[in-house]
Amino acid sequence: MMRAVDAVMECLKAEGVDVVFGYPGGANLPTYDAFVDAGIRHILVRHEAGGGHAAEGYAKASGKVGVVFATSGPGATNIVTPLTDAMMDSVPLVAFTGQVRTDLLGTDGFQEADTFGITMPIVKHSFMIQHPAEIPRVVHEAFHIARTGRPGPVLIDLPVDLTRAEIDYEPVGDVRLPGYQPTTEGNSKQIRLAAKALANARRPVLYAGGGVISAGASAALTELALSDRFPVTCTLMGLGAFPAPHAQWLGMLGMHGTRAANYAMDEADLIVAIGARFDDRITGKLSEFAPRAKFIHIDVDPAEISKNVPAHIPIVGDAKNILPKLTAEYRALDSDPTRLEGWWQRIKGWQEKHPLGYEDSSDGEIKPQYMVQAMYEATNGQAIVTSDVGQHQMWAAQWYGFTQPRQWINSGGLGTMGFGLPSALGAKVARPDDDVVCLAGDGSLIMTVQELATCVDENIPVKIFLMNNGYLGMVRQWQELFWDRRYSSVKMGGSPDWVKLAEAFGARGMKIEDKSELVGGFKEALKEDGPVLVDVRVSPEENCYPMIPAGQAARDMVG
Amino acid sequence: MGEPGTKEILRLEDLEASGGIRTGRKHILSILVENKPGVLARIAGLFARRGFNIDSLAVGPTDDNAISRITLTVDGAAHPIDQVTKQLHKLVHVIKIRDLEPGETVARELALFKISCQDGDARAQVMQFTDIFRGKTVDVSKRSVTVEITGTDDKIAAFENMVRPFGLIELIRTGEIAVSRGRSVT
Repeated sequence: MMRAVDAVMECLKAEGVDVVFGYPGGANLPTYDAFVDAGIRHILVRHEAGGGHAAEGYAKASGKVGVVFATSGPGATNIVTPLTDAMMDSVPLVAFTGQVRTDLLGTDGFQEADTFGITMPIVKHSFMIQHPAEIPRVVHEAFHIARTGRPGPVLIDLPVDLTRAEIDYEPVGDVRLPGYQPTTEGNSKQIRLAAKALANARRPVLYAGGGVISAGASAALTELALSDRFPVTCTLMGLGAFPAPHAQWLGMLGMHGTRAANYAMDEADLIVAIGARFDDRITGKLSEFAPRAKFIHIDVDPAEISKNVPAHIPIVGDAKNILPKLTAEYRALDSDPTRLEGWWQRIKGWQEKHPLGYEDSSDGEIKPQYMVQAMYEATNGQAIVTSDVGQHQMWAAQWYGFTQPRQWINSGGLGTMGFGLPSALGAKVARPDDDVVCLAGDGSLIMTVQELATCVDENIPVKIFLMNNGYLGMVRQWQELFWDRRYSSVKMGGSPDWVKLAEAFGARGMKIEDKSELVGGFKEALKEDGPVLVDVRVSPEENCYPMIPAGQAARDMVG
Repeated sequence: MGEPGTKEILRLEDLEASGGIRTGRKHILSILVENKPGVLARIAGLFARRGFNIDSLAVGPTDDNAISRITLTVDGAAHPIDQVTKQLHKLVHVIKIRDLEPGETVARELALFKISCQDGDARAQVMQFTDIFRGKTVDVSKRSVTVEITGTDDKIAAFENMVRPFGLIELIRTGEIAVSRGRSVT
């Protein structure tokens, strides 16, 4: 016999969990008592949302399941944003929330919230514990669901009285869920048909999303691309799945993607979508998206196939299983690679005519694009980069040149400001030997800056490179371009003094205003043992280009 | 541009889109679910959030008390049914979904009609219609008759047309349930 909470700890260890993020409260006191002797590192965050995002950063950097604990009521509602974020970006997460005693359930008790109901649409699955004896099985089911198929967040709501109950604990063997059996292999007839279509395509494009990274299929994607001269583009979430310096790389596609990538999609005769979901930031105006193309769609989630764009050759399964088979089938067809020469000439024409660019300053002013380049130089392009949401995120995506999967960690689907610092914290915990840089925006950073206290207390040396333009830059850009420059609530003013703020937390603060000091300053920050915040003052009204205005087609790119 | 070179020729133009198609007809989805808390809320929430309309819904136990059956009717003109069923399948508690083919299905719904009958003549006519529709009179008062009609929704609609002129006080329907024809399991 043991307390149910001690069984939870045993289950976590059986799942290979050695670190969790969380925040205690009344309704999870028994759980926190169990942490005392559990031998699991618990990182006390300073806000539950920080804990959720830290668990996401941990999961994205490691490929393992991130774990977050929160108490009932406000603790639980504070993780609603990270759960939604994890749902949108398919991040494997298990969240444990405390709940009021079962005799208080439904009475509007102190710190009671209908966590199960509130989170129902934003989790892959959830459990409301009703009997203490079911807890061990539920924990293992939650991990199984979170990490398999299309990964996602799973929530377990634990009424406090049930967690104190004594149960017979026996290790749980296999998890069997009759309604949950993800298809992973991929239909071989469909794979053969896809290979045949590729062999007959004259203007193919491989379009890869975050699913390639989740599946651990980046190497397999590169293999497929190199089995011929297939051009490759990635979504924001897919960056790093294919090495950016490669000759077959077109750059990111979508709203702030390259012209070469977007024009190639526009003129393609065959698009192979792999672990990507045809989000509106990719397609723009759906009715004019890739009008000449047929679609092969590979995804582990069948509901993504033909959701936005009807697929001609759907293949349900794990990209890691499917791509090597597709490559082998394609090679066997012995297609003539010279057929793609005309296509490459067309693409190279776009690349030469419309490279990514910006007008650099002639004085010391720091252009935001240059800041990302300086970051690349200072980190040798090897850092794990997290970001918040907005212009700086897009500039990082355009200019950092990611070469490795799990190197780029950001909030794509939900677009959560304040994601950068806590996710960097989680990433650094997962991969302590790598440099982890949070490229922050000044609007975003202040939303979750309290996690700097966590970094200092827990000695998690993340480096925050703050792209400070004094504006909510992306909103300002839209107001400038589409709302007659009528700026409304986008000026951030001079507060706070970031250097002092960093110092107040016990971190080091630096401020850089001249571009000649940037690379050196970043290197110095990276050498520092503890967390550092570098306040970089950049051009306040630089716009992020190129851009497909919302709801328009690839052909309508501006800038 | 160059030729493919491969002997396995495939004209890309011949490839047809395989999903996202609207059938234009009513679909009866027979869904087996685990009998767990919140399962109906998950299904209802999914429909609400994805903008799918439920035309009718019937929920009941099966011969296995761990499993319930939900019968949903959905308009295939308003939504691509493959998208509806695929989203439903993502719910962990959904075990099996069958999109029943109209020709291969026996569907029934029960409706209770409370009809105003001001005099014996009206009552006699209503009871005559009830006979023709093989319904049952289940309650009578001085000024009303309550009738039970079982059948497809077409039959219920036809009966409604017949009795509406008398004054329909209330109509209560269960939503359709359905079973596949022949030996095969629904």
